[in-house]
Amino acid sequence: MAMTWRASQSRLSATPGQVMLALGIALFLALFLIWPTATVIWVAFTEKGSSTFTLVNFLDFVRTDLFVRSFWNSFYVSAMAVVCASVLALPLAYITSRFTFRGAVLIQTLGFLPLIMPPFVGAVAMQLFFGRNGSINLLLDDWLGFKIAFMDGLNGVIFVQAIHYFPFILINLSAGLRNIDSAMEEAAQNLGASGFRLFRRIVFPLAMPGYVAGASLVFVKVFDDLATPLLLNVKDMLAPQAYLRVTSIGITDPMGYVISVVLIVASVAAIALSALATRGTDYATVQRGGGGLARRELRPWESVLAYAVVTLILLLVLAPHAGLLLLSFATIWSFSPLPDSYTVAHYARIFGESSLYIKNTLVYASLAGLIDVVIGTAIAYLVLRTRLIGRTALDWAASAALAIPGIVLGIGYLRAFYGVQLWDGTPLATLWIVIVLALAIRRLPYALRSCYAALQQISVSLEEAAENLGATKARTVRRIVVPLMTGGILAGFVTSFATAAVELSATLMLVQSNSDAPLSYGLYVFMQSAAGRGPGAALGVIAVLLVAACTILSHIIIERGRAAAESRH
Amino acid sequence: MTSPFALSSTTASEISARAVSVRIENVNLSYGDHHVLKSVNLDIRPGEFFAFLGPSGCGKTTLLRLIAGFNRADSGRVLVDDKDISALPPWKRDVGMVFQSYALWPHMTVARNVAFGLEEKHVGRAEITRRVEAALNLVGLGGLGARRPSQLSGGQQQRVALARTIVVEPKLLLLDEPLSNLDAKLRVQVRRELRELQQRLGLTTIFVTHDQEEANTVCDRIAVMNDGIIQQIGTPKELYEKPANLFVANFLGTANILAGQLVQSGADRAFETENGLRIQIAKDADIPANARLVFRPQDVALVAAGEPPGADAAQISGTVAYREFLGAMIRYGVRIGASDVIVDTPFHAGDRLHDVGTEVTLAISIRSARWLAD
Repeated sequence: MAMTWRASQSRLSATPGQVMLALGIALFLALFLIWPTATVIWVAFTEKGSSTFTLVNFLDFVRTDLFVRSFWNSFYVSAMAVVCASVLALPLAYITSRFTFRGAVLIQTLGFLPLIMPPFVGAVAMQLFFGRNGSINLLLDDWLGFKIAFMDGLNGVIFVQAIHYFPFILINLSAGLRNIDSAMEEAAQNLGASGFRLFRRIVFPLAMPGYVAGASLVFVKVFDDLATPLLLNVKDMLAPQAYLRVTSIGITDPMGYVISVVLIVASVAAIALSALATRGTDYATVQRGGGGLARRELRPWESVLAYAVVTLILLLVLAPHAGLLLLSFATIWSFSPLPDSYTVAHYARIFGESSLYIKNTLVYASLAGLIDVVIGTAIAYLVLRTRLIGRTALDWAASAALAIPGIVLGIGYLRAFYGVQLWDGTPLATLWIVIVLALAIRRLPYALRSCYAALQQISVSLEEAAENLGATKARTVRRIVVPLMTGGILAGFVTSFATAAVELSATLMLVQSNSDAPLSYGLYVFMQSAAGRGPGAALGVIAVLLVAACTILSHIIIERGRAAAESRH
Repeated sequence: MTSPFALSSTTASEISARAVSVRIENVNLSYGDHHVLKSVNLDIRPGEFFAFLGPSGCGKTTLLRLIAGFNRADSGRVLVDDKDISALPPWKRDVGMVFQSYALWPHMTVARNVAFGLEEKHVGRAEITRRVEAALNLVGLGGLGARRPSQLSGGQQQRVALARTIVVEPKLLLLDEPLSNLDAKLRVQVRRELRELQQRLGLTTIFVTHDQEEANTVCDRIAVMNDGIIQQIGTPKELYEKPANLFVANFLGTANILAGQLVQSGADRAFETENGLRIQIAKDADIPANARLVFRPQDVALVAAGEPPGADAAQISGTVAYREFLGAMIRYGVRIGASDVIVDTPFHAGDRLHDVGTEVTLAISIRSARWLAD
């Protein structure tokens, strides 16, 4: 009885303002996400220059050796990146969840250090350390007389991506292990299981969903990535092929669109796989607690081994950072383990003539972050606090951006907005604001999650109390909801900002002139020439610092918000 | 609601048990500076339904986990049928435990959960199928083997956990707060079923609970624990009638506890409470120093003022400070001096109640009063 009263009450409470808001967001998503994506798919399935349905483009795709090879290369690289990332992540997750390890802080650091550097930024630095004539191979050759092809061709992409993305597996797997109630393990021991059988039958299956979620995320990120293979000069993979087709042959060539559809299908499949894996984890029995498995002290020799493994991985993870830093101060660094001499000239250059890149980045990323939190807050409010019809569709549409690779969105924008001309005849697609919109759409799902979490923490009764005292819906939102959500909104903004600042795949498609280019684009341009590597590395260092600062900031905001939420209860 | 256990009495014979005794000898256990179990000694008889009762943090779960092998004692031994099992790992103890959270593995069906222990013992496949079915029937869940634990209600999950434990025919059954995750009505039903099942299997069983009513209704004997020490061991009746100390008196049921002192005048001895109650004491009675007077609320009667006291009762007057209507009885708080004495009087339809503020005279039954050391 009380429920139906509340329900009808809430349905009535969808005010005209809320309806307008929902329509506005729907229009935004339709224009800047759905239309460009639909355009890409439509072009892929129609005959060039006409609008008749055809599969001939896909036939061309499977008949062209280059594309088929590119597809398998992309698949191989992604799968191997998952394998290598797992090799890095598994021991770390095992050490933290099974033992009381004093170096746990080191492992936590490992869990985020790679993520603050976009993989393409580190790629060049990795060449210098691990390339055919990099530091490691020069030393190996000197001492032992052989070289290891870490960075040759596809190996390089796998190596760089694995080091960059293994934290996704580490974080998800550790969370999975932490969520296992220790009674799960004890119950098995009580019934006679121990050792490896216990691990195989209980611990491993329970941790599996976390692992699959992390692994599929790594797979799709690597599969979609454009910038890393391009910087490593690997062209026969899907994303680079799409980019090259569109930039060299033109936006009318259908192959770029066909590849885009393949990329979308792969993304959706990986996301579906991850959802499928975590769906079985409706582990909502009456378990409380959790708190992870029983831990024990490491024996001395185990402790030595654990530190050795952690140190080795830490060195690998720090390699791109160290290499980038060295490169940014190096005069010449070629065919030698370390640079010949050092200079600050590169920094002078990027803060002088190239400071435009930094300014553009700050403007674009702030605007994108702002758009994201405004829309994110609005959608979170509509979904959680109103009974507006179609509110979950908004949520779905906004989250669907997750499945659209950056390069696909870039191609879609080019195609969809090229025909749209402003009053003076310039196509919409050439304006810098389009870059901002693409960045905003790309980062919206993450900001939306942040805003959801923030709003979910606020008890509805706080709003009802305000309404009871005479505040309208709109005023309640302004005076109660938004102030209480500040932490979550800010965290969403910072995350959007930080990731938008170093995004390259959509940007690469949409930057039309050097004066509109953001930092990541500038970095890419610099890295094309040997002479530009110094200033490119300096830009990279700035990008890393920017993202690191934002990551720490968002961490502080989230922790503070959590503390405040706990003190409210 | 019918009892699912009762329906399946025939299948109980499928699960055989030979009752064992359990002896805890001088067990001490510390977590860092925190001394959790202090010189615990205990004897549990074969086939007994035994409870560890106490408030949270008293060490009762720690003691249970020690028997199962999940905790290791700093000193002392655990013996099952006179055999020391202290050094055995959990998987070699043959001691079945039902976890408070049930700990059903979500990635396995109900049947796979129940089969797990038999598989670990390398029982043949046909035998496993038969015994799993029998165990599920025994707990009234026949036919639900293909379900996932998350598809069952809390009460059903609890039965699966129980089936999973008894199917391996453990020597000893340990239940860690098995009723705490059930709602109040189900709790009463399940505890009755647990008792029936235990009786039928004749399995030595240890039950951990913080709920005195649960322990009283289900168990043969209870060890009351507080602060890592066993305060008293006895049947529910013994503990209630003759609490060994103030903690037990207070923890099991409600008790009036009055401070006072012994007064010697010639050959007469009397106990005088701080609020003026005076009780004559028999010559041979053994009363500890700094004793307190302890009596139950139902051992006090409200009598008309001026009525001569019975030989067996001590009288004192006070004013009604509060009144609680509990249905079968009325609970009065009667203020005498600085403290309240709780008085429970049975309620019969038509009885007149004493209002707050009125003066009443209490008659305290001396026979049921006890003196316990502070």
